[in-house]
Amino acid sequence: MITPLSSMLLVFGASIIGSLAAVLLKAGADLLHDPWQRWAPRLGGGIALFLASSVLYVMGLREGSLTVLYPMVSLGYVWTLVWSRLFFGEPFNRGKVAGLMLVLVGVFFIGLGNR
Amino acid sequence: MLESDTIASLPIPVAEALEAAPEVQQDPLSRHTSLRSIGLVLLCTVIGAAAQIFLRYGAEHLTGAGIRGILTNWPLLAGYVCLGINTLLLIVALRNGQLSVLYPIIALTYVWVTILSPIFFGDTVNIYKIAGVFFIVLGVSLIGAGSRS
Repeated sequence: MITPLSSMLLVFGASIIGSLAAVLLKAGADLLHDPWQRWAPRLGGGIALFLASSVLYVMGLREGSLTVLYPMVSLGYVWTLVWSRLFFGEPFNRGKVAGLMLVLVGVFFIGLGNR
Repeated sequence: MLESDTIASLPIPVAEALEAAPEVQQDPLSRHTSLRSIGLVLLCTVIGAAAQIFLRYGAEHLTGAGIRGILTNWPLLAGYVCLGINTLLLIVALRNGQLSVLYPIIALTYVWVTILSPIFFGDTVNIYKIAGVFFIVLGVSLIGAGSRS
Protein backbone atom coordinates (compact mmCIF):
# COMPACT_ATOMS: atom_id res chain seq x y z
CA MET A 1 0.00 0.00 0.00
CA ILE A 2 1.29 3.43 -0.92
CA THR A 3 1.24 5.97 1.90
CA PRO A 4 0.36 9.46 0.63
CA LEU A 5 2.79 12.23 1.46
CA SER A 6 -0.10 14.23 2.90
CA SER A 7 -0.74 11.48 5.49
CA MET A 8 2.92 11.43 6.45
CA LEU A 9 3.02 15.23 6.83
CA LEU A 10 -0.18 15.22 8.92
CA VAL A 11 1.13 12.52 11.26
CA PHE A 12 4.56 14.16 11.45
CA GLY A 13 2.97 17.51 12.31
CA ALA A 14 0.66 15.83 14.84
CA SER A 15 3.63 14.19 16.58
CA ILE A 16 5.37 17.56 17.02
CA ILE A 17 2.21 19.38 18.16
CA GLY A 18 1.36 16.55 20.58
CA SER A 19 4.82 16.68 22.14
CA LEU A 20 4.55 20.46 22.60
CA ALA A 21 1.16 19.90 24.24
CA ALA A 22 2.87 17.66 26.80
CA VAL A 23 5.46 20.40 27.43
CA LEU A 24 2.74 23.00 28.09
CA LEU A 25 0.85 20.61 30.42
CA LYS A 26 4.05 19.96 32.37
CA ALA A 27 4.85 23.69 32.54
CA GLY A 28 1.31 24.39 33.80
CA ALA A 29 1.35 21.49 36.26
CA ASP A 30 4.57 22.82 37.84
CA LEU A 31 2.84 26.18 38.51
CA LEU A 32 -0.37 24.84 40.06
CA HIS A 33 0.50 26.40 43.43
CA ASP A 34 0.73 29.85 41.81
CA PRO A 35 -2.23 32.11 40.96
CA TRP A 36 -4.41 30.72 38.18
CA GLN A 37 -3.27 33.44 35.75
CA ARG A 38 0.07 31.65 35.59
CA TRP A 39 -1.00 28.06 35.03
CA ALA A 40 -4.32 28.47 33.21
CA PRO A 41 -2.87 29.71 29.89
CA ARG A 42 -0.31 26.90 29.85
CA LEU A 43 -2.78 24.13 30.69
CA GLY A 44 -5.35 25.63 28.30
CA GLY A 45 -2.76 25.83 25.55
CA GLY A 46 -1.65 22.26 26.25
CA ILE A 47 -5.21 20.94 26.03
CA ALA A 48 -5.83 22.90 22.81
CA LEU A 49 -2.65 21.50 21.23
CA PHE A 50 -3.63 17.96 22.32
CA LEU A 51 -7.00 18.36 20.61
CA ALA A 52 -5.31 19.75 17.49
CA SER A 53 -2.83 16.88 17.36
CA SER A 54 -5.55 14.23 17.76
CA VAL A 55 -7.54 15.77 14.89
CA LEU A 56 -4.41 15.70 12.70
CA TYR A 57 -3.69 12.07 13.72
CA VAL A 58 -7.20 10.97 12.77
CA MET A 59 -6.89 12.75 9.41
CA GLY A 60 -3.40 11.37 8.80
CA LEU A 61 -4.14 7.76 9.78
CA ARG A 62 -7.24 7.53 7.54
CA GLU A 63 -5.14 6.71 4.51
CA GLY A 64 -1.84 4.92 4.12
CA SER A 65 0.09 2.09 5.67
CA LEU A 66 0.25 1.81 9.45
CA THR A 67 3.68 0.20 9.05
CA VAL A 68 4.91 3.59 7.89
CA LEU A 69 2.65 5.85 9.96
CA TYR A 70 2.79 4.20 13.41
CA PRO A 71 6.55 4.71 13.80
CA MET A 72 5.95 8.35 12.84
CA VAL A 73 3.29 8.60 15.56
CA SER A 74 5.82 7.39 18.09
CA LEU A 75 8.27 10.11 17.03
CA GLY A 76 6.27 12.19 19.53
CA TYR A 77 8.09 10.31 22.32
CA VAL A 78 11.45 11.31 20.83
CA TRP A 79 10.49 15.00 20.58
CA THR A 80 9.23 14.91 24.17
CA LEU A 81 12.56 13.51 25.38
CA VAL A 82 14.37 16.37 23.62
CA TRP A 83 12.00 19.06 24.96
CA SER A 84 12.30 17.61 28.50
CA ARG A 85 16.01 18.20 28.39
CA LEU A 86 15.77 21.56 26.66
CA PHE A 87 12.93 23.17 28.64
CA PHE A 88 13.05 21.38 32.01
CA GLY A 89 16.71 20.36 32.28
CA GLU A 90 15.82 16.71 32.73
CA PRO A 91 18.85 14.47 32.23
CA PHE A 92 19.20 11.91 29.47
CA ASN A 93 20.33 8.56 30.77
CA ARG A 94 20.90 5.13 29.32
CA GLY A 95 17.65 3.75 30.73
CA LYS A 96 15.55 6.46 29.10
CA VAL A 97 17.23 6.28 25.70
CA ALA A 98 17.32 2.47 25.54
CA GLY A 99 13.79 2.20 26.90
CA LEU A 100 12.50 4.69 24.35
CA MET A 101 14.19 2.79 21.52
CA LEU A 102 12.46 -0.42 22.66
CA VAL A 103 9.14 1.44 22.76
CA LEU A 104 9.70 2.66 19.17
CA VAL A 105 10.50 -0.90 18.05
CA GLY A 106 7.35 -2.10 19.81
CA VAL A 107 5.13 0.53 18.16
CA PHE A 108 6.66 -0.37 14.78
CA PHE A 109 5.73 -4.05 15.31
CA ILE A 110 2.20 -3.13 16.37
CA GLY A 111 1.86 -1.08 13.16
CA LEU A 112 3.11 -4.12 11.23
CA GLY A 113 0.58 -6.34 13.02
CA ASN A 114 -2.34 -3.99 12.30
CA ARG A 115 -1.80 -3.86 8.53
CA MET B 1 -3.81 -1.60 39.62
CA LEU B 2 -2.27 -0.07 42.72
CA GLU B 3 -4.54 1.73 45.16
CA SER B 4 -3.74 5.44 45.23
CA ASP B 5 -3.43 5.29 49.03
CA THR B 6 -0.80 2.61 48.75
CA ILE B 7 1.15 4.64 46.23
CA ALA B 8 0.93 7.81 48.31
CA SER B 9 2.19 6.05 51.42
CA LEU B 10 5.37 4.79 49.77
CA PRO B 11 8.61 6.60 50.61
CA ILE B 12 9.70 9.62 48.56
CA PRO B 13 11.83 8.25 45.75
CA VAL B 14 15.56 8.62 45.50
CA ALA B 15 15.86 9.99 42.00
CA GLU B 16 18.57 10.22 39.46
CA ALA B 17 20.15 13.35 40.91
CA LEU B 18 23.56 11.77 40.43
CA GLU B 19 23.01 11.49 36.71
CA ALA B 20 21.79 15.06 36.30
CA ALA B 21 23.96 17.19 34.06
CA PRO B 22 25.86 19.50 36.42
CA GLU B 23 25.17 22.66 34.42
CA VAL B 24 21.45 22.09 34.56
CA GLN B 25 19.44 23.58 37.41
CA GLN B 26 16.27 21.65 38.13
CA ASP B 27 13.05 22.54 39.80
CA PRO B 28 13.28 20.59 43.08
CA LEU B 29 9.53 19.90 42.94
CA SER B 30 9.74 17.91 39.74
CA ARG B 31 13.23 16.46 39.87
CA HIS B 32 12.03 13.21 41.41
CA THR B 33 9.45 11.07 39.75
CA SER B 34 7.17 9.84 42.51
CA LEU B 35 5.64 6.37 42.47
CA ARG B 36 2.29 8.10 42.79
CA SER B 37 2.90 9.90 39.48
CA ILE B 38 3.94 6.66 37.79
CA GLY B 39 0.79 4.98 39.15
CA LEU B 40 -1.37 7.85 37.87
CA VAL B 41 0.10 7.61 34.36
CA LEU B 42 -0.46 3.83 34.41
CA LEU B 43 -4.10 4.57 35.25
CA CYS B 44 -4.11 7.06 32.33
CA THR B 45 -3.05 4.29 29.94
CA VAL B 46 -5.93 2.05 31.06
CA ILE B 47 -8.48 4.88 30.74
CA GLY B 48 -6.90 5.91 27.42
CA ALA B 49 -7.34 2.35 26.13
CA ALA B 50 -10.98 2.37 27.28
CA ALA B 51 -11.40 5.68 25.41
CA GLN B 52 -10.05 4.17 22.19
CA ILE B 53 -12.32 1.12 22.51
CA PHE B 54 -15.37 3.37 23.14
CA LEU B 55 -14.47 5.72 20.27
CA ARG B 56 -13.96 2.86 17.84
CA TYR B 57 -17.21 1.15 18.90
CA GLY B 58 -19.03 4.48 18.60
CA ALA B 59 -17.56 5.23 15.18
CA GLU B 60 -18.54 1.78 13.91
CA HIS B 61 -22.12 2.22 15.18
CA LEU B 62 -22.72 5.80 14.08
CA THR B 63 -26.41 6.27 13.28
CA GLY B 64 -27.41 9.94 12.96
CA ALA B 65 -25.49 12.43 10.83
CA GLY B 66 -23.30 15.32 11.92
CA ILE B 67 -23.24 16.73 15.45
CA ARG B 68 -26.57 15.06 16.29
CA GLY B 69 -25.07 11.68 15.42
CA ILE B 70 -22.19 12.29 17.83
CA LEU B 71 -24.29 13.71 20.71
CA THR B 72 -26.70 10.76 20.69
CA ASN B 73 -23.97 8.15 20.50
CA TRP B 74 -23.17 7.16 24.10
CA PRO B 75 -20.00 5.11 23.40
CA LEU B 76 -18.55 8.09 21.54
CA LEU B 77 -19.46 10.40 24.42
CA ALA B 78 -18.00 7.94 26.94
CA GLY B 79 -14.80 7.92 24.88
CA TYR B 80 -14.53 11.70 25.00
CA VAL B 81 -15.24 11.74 28.75
CA CYS B 82 -12.43 9.19 29.24
CA LEU B 83 -10.06 11.41 27.25
CA GLY B 84 -11.00 14.38 29.46
CA ILE B 85 -10.39 12.40 32.67
CA ASN B 86 -7.14 11.21 31.14
CA THR B 87 -5.88 14.75 30.56
CA LEU B 88 -6.71 15.80 34.14
CA LEU B 89 -4.92 12.74 35.57
CA LEU B 90 -1.90 13.43 33.38
CA ILE B 91 -1.67 17.02 34.65
CA VAL B 92 -1.81 15.82 38.29
CA ALA B 93 0.83 13.16 37.52
CA LEU B 94 3.19 15.64 35.84
CA ARG B 95 3.34 17.78 38.99
CA ASN B 96 5.65 15.34 40.73
CA GLY B 97 7.79 13.85 38.08
CA GLN B 98 9.93 14.15 35.02
CA LEU B 99 8.17 14.52 31.70
CA SER B 100 10.84 12.36 30.06
CA VAL B 101 10.00 9.48 32.42
CA LEU B 102 6.22 9.84 32.59
CA TYR B 103 5.36 10.60 28.96
CA PRO B 104 6.77 7.41 27.35
CA ILE B 105 4.72 5.30 29.80
CA ILE B 106 1.66 6.39 27.80
CA ALA B 107 2.85 3.94 25.11
CA LEU B 108 1.37 1.18 27.29
CA THR B 109 -2.00 2.31 25.87
CA TYR B 110 -1.00 0.44 22.68
CA VAL B 111 -0.50 -2.69 24.77
CA TRP B 112 -3.99 -2.59 26.35
CA VAL B 113 -5.66 -1.74 23.03
CA THR B 114 -3.81 -4.57 21.28
CA ILE B 115 -4.85 -7.03 24.01
CA LEU B 116 -8.48 -5.81 24.21
CA SER B 117 -9.25 -5.40 20.48
CA PRO B 118 -9.39 -9.15 19.75
CA ILE B 119 -11.84 -9.51 22.67
CA PHE B 120 -14.17 -6.62 21.78
CA PHE B 121 -13.83 -6.45 17.99
CA GLY B 122 -12.60 -9.91 17.03
CA ASP B 123 -9.32 -8.50 15.66
CA THR B 124 -6.73 -11.12 14.82
CA VAL B 125 -3.72 -11.77 17.02
CA ASN B 126 -0.44 -12.20 15.18
CA ILE B 127 3.24 -12.56 15.96
CA TYR B 128 3.93 -8.88 15.17
CA LYS B 129 1.41 -7.65 17.73
CA ILE B 130 2.81 -10.01 20.36
CA ALA B 131 6.33 -8.78 19.60
CA GLY B 132 5.13 -5.17 19.76
CA VAL B 133 3.50 -5.69 23.15
CA PHE B 134 6.67 -7.38 24.41
CA PHE B 135 9.00 -4.56 23.30
CA ILE B 136 6.77 -1.76 24.61
CA VAL B 137 6.42 -3.40 28.03
CA LEU B 138 10.18 -3.97 28.14
CA GLY B 139 10.95 -0.39 27.08
CA VAL B 140 8.53 1.21 29.54
CA SER B 141 9.86 -1.01 32.36
CA LEU B 142 13.40 0.09 31.54
CA ILE B 143 12.44 3.79 31.63
CA GLY B 144 10.53 3.29 34.88
CA ALA B 145 13.32 1.30 36.50
CA GLY B 146 15.89 3.90 35.39
CA SER B 147 13.94 6.62 37.16
CA ARG B 148 14.11 4.74 40.48
CA SER B 149 17.80 3.87 40.59
